[in-house]
Amino acid sequence: MAGFLQEIVEGLGAGAIYASLALALVLIYQFTGIVNFAQGELAMFSAYIAWQFMAAGLPFWLALVLTLAVSFVGGMLIERVVIRPVEGAPELTVVIVTVGLFIFVNAAAGWIWSFLIKDFPNPFPGGAIEAGGLSLGYSTLGIMAVVGVVMGLLYLLFQHTKVGLGMRAVASNPSSARLVGIRVGWTLALGWGLAATVGAVSGILVAPLLFLEPNMMGGVLIYAFAAATLGGFDSPVGAVVGGLVVGVAETLAGAYVGFIGSDLKVGVPLVIILFILLLRPQGLFGRAAVERA
Amino acid sequence: MRVSAIGCTAVTASLLVALAACGGREAAAPSTAASGSGSGECQGQQTTGITDTSIKLGGIYPLSGPASAYGDIPKGIKAYFDYINAEKNGIGGRKVEFVVRDDGYQPPKAVEEARRLVEQEQVFALFQTLGTPSTTATWDYTNQQKVPQVFVATGASKWGSDTAHPWTIGWQPNYISEARVYAQYLKQERPDAKVAVLYQNDDFGKDLLGGFKKAIEGSKITVAAEQSYEVSDPSVDPQMRNLAGSKADVLLNITTPKFGSQALAADAKNTSWNPLHIVNNVAASITVLKPVGFPNVQGVVSSTYYKDPNDPKWKDDPEMMLYYAKMKQYAPDADPTVPYHTFGWAVASSFHKAMEAAKCPTREGLRDAMRALQNVQVDMLLPGVTLNTAADDGFPIESMQLMKFQGERWELFGDVIDTRKEFGPLTN
Repeated sequence: MAGFLQEIVEGLGAGAIYASLALALVLIYQFTGIVNFAQGELAMFSAYIAWQFMAAGLPFWLALVLTLAVSFVGGMLIERVVIRPVEGAPELTVVIVTVGLFIFVNAAAGWIWSFLIKDFPNPFPGGAIEAGGLSLGYSTLGIMAVVGVVMGLLYLLFQHTKVGLGMRAVASNPSSARLVGIRVGWTLALGWGLAATVGAVSGILVAPLLFLEPNMMGGVLIYAFAAATLGGFDSPVGAVVGGLVVGVAETLAGAYVGFIGSDLKVGVPLVIILFILLLRPQGLFGRAAVERA
Repeated sequence: MRVSAIGCTAVTASLLVALAACGGREAAAPSTAASGSGSGECQGQQTTGITDTSIKLGGIYPLSGPASAYGDIPKGIKAYFDYINAEKNGIGGRKVEFVVRDDGYQPPKAVEEARRLVEQEQVFALFQTLGTPSTTATWDYTNQQKVPQVFVATGASKWGSDTAHPWTIGWQPNYISEARVYAQYLKQERPDAKVAVLYQNDDFGKDLLGGFKKAIEGSKITVAAEQSYEVSDPSVDPQMRNLAGSKADVLLNITTPKFGSQALAADAKNTSWNPLHIVNNVAASITVLKPVGFPNVQGVVSSTYYKDPNDPKWKDDPEMMLYYAKMKQYAPDADPTVPYHTFGWAVASSFHKAMEAAKCPTREGLRDAMRALQNVQVDMLLPGVTLNTAADDGFPIESMQLMKFQGERWELFGDVIDTRKEFGPLTN
């Protein structure tokens, strides 16, 4: 029994990582109405920037603040330079551009920092709380706390601010939003900047656990997509719940379902994506899109 | 999206291989017609790319992309050839020209580059293709063209056990030989060992694991648990947890660098399970251990076969001194302490010996020499490790020595283990 509970705890730990990136995916979807395939790579790039600051001798927290700022500006720049030319093009075009961005950012990171793995300091202490045969790592707790805070902030932003209202308007209908006086361009840039910032948090949380290298987020991105699909692409709460469910499901399936084992574990998120899209396309917490007839 | 992109690459890869296989036969004619052929007993043999004063070789390495760390190997090779060209009058009076191509670790590009090297550059032989996927993609082509593919830089056992590709041969100890070294070590040190295995779910991981299982047959050593991972997995932590549950007293870590680091870190973090940790040679680089933290990897065991440029043991070794001096002279930008350069140096001097031993200065001559190496001493290999091949033995190096991580580097211990002597020839 303790073993089972321990697997659940470990699954929640893995799920918190997926949730952190899923939050960035949800954020960019809310602002721009597209899924950004490059989100994981941008997070990885931000982690490298943080690593570079620390390699230059800055303390962790200062490096963190600087990285978040650089990521925000970087995200806005990407929107201006790369996404703006295809604004208004069909969604597929924009999505393809983000795939190109994925490849470019990955290669750029390899070119700048090489493909050798780097160690990344963990901001949380190394120990664990031991209780009743269970062990809960401080770093898992720390990640969950950070993810919880980010989720809360995003919820407030989406539901209780004018910016949030504006960006929902832009995502749902850019031309009408422009007619009522919302500055669509700036809203989109803001969305990319904020998503890059949330992604940077994710990258910095993930790097100490998975070791920093250019392909670090590739696997995480697949799980984050499953999390966002499960929870609903327009709900931060859904992204976090989705991430935790995916993490636990994957861990339990790997540990207890014989034929899945470690080999097929990576198939679990894909099965989840498929079934959610079939049964409840808007996700558990998402709102179904309504079209006026 | 990632997955489908990989799928596309695989499809393109197989298409290109098919194309290469179809185009192969026609291309053969002009390339032999354009060149002369041997004389005397070497009459009628291929002499493309070789004259009395020169020999042209082509190598394919990932100079870009995720495996680009291996791109240091050709720098060590070039330094060696530049040195013998300038100071030793080349190989038997023939100056070596070494053309390096980049395949980015992508098999379809490797095929393209192999064709370019053979048909346009008219090289005498392919001296090294790197990686099991790229070599697998090219060996049908090189064997159809009857071009030697010498000392490929991968440890798959098929380069030696396959009989349909006589023009291709490996060099480094194959994964099965390596597995045998660990089995031999455990038989002596832990005759009742219960072994937990973490392995990469592909040819490489299965080759090593299969070799290990075969090597422990008849002993009291058992495999208590095995867990595989995919290269697309974010982390091997769950696998390591399952292995810890087995309470095995030995962990055999068959991984590539990133996952090697993760497994070493997971083992260090779990204070309630402390197995003897054996990490395979592929992930035994110092660049894998350093991110984990040296205090966390003390006592980890691995194996090797060539001299580590960082080991003070070789400080006064003549070959190592020569290597440092000539690297400084001919490759001033390269860092000689990086073992990949040393690897390049060692494999280049192995080629030197094989080419010298060839009876005919022809492609056929080199092909036959590759499989008739007897106790060939290469000074950059560990003392006691020699090149040995025969008509039915396509594995040049089958001996390795164990090493243990102590302080900030690997320390050799025990004798060189000749796996061919201990376990007999490798058969399929």
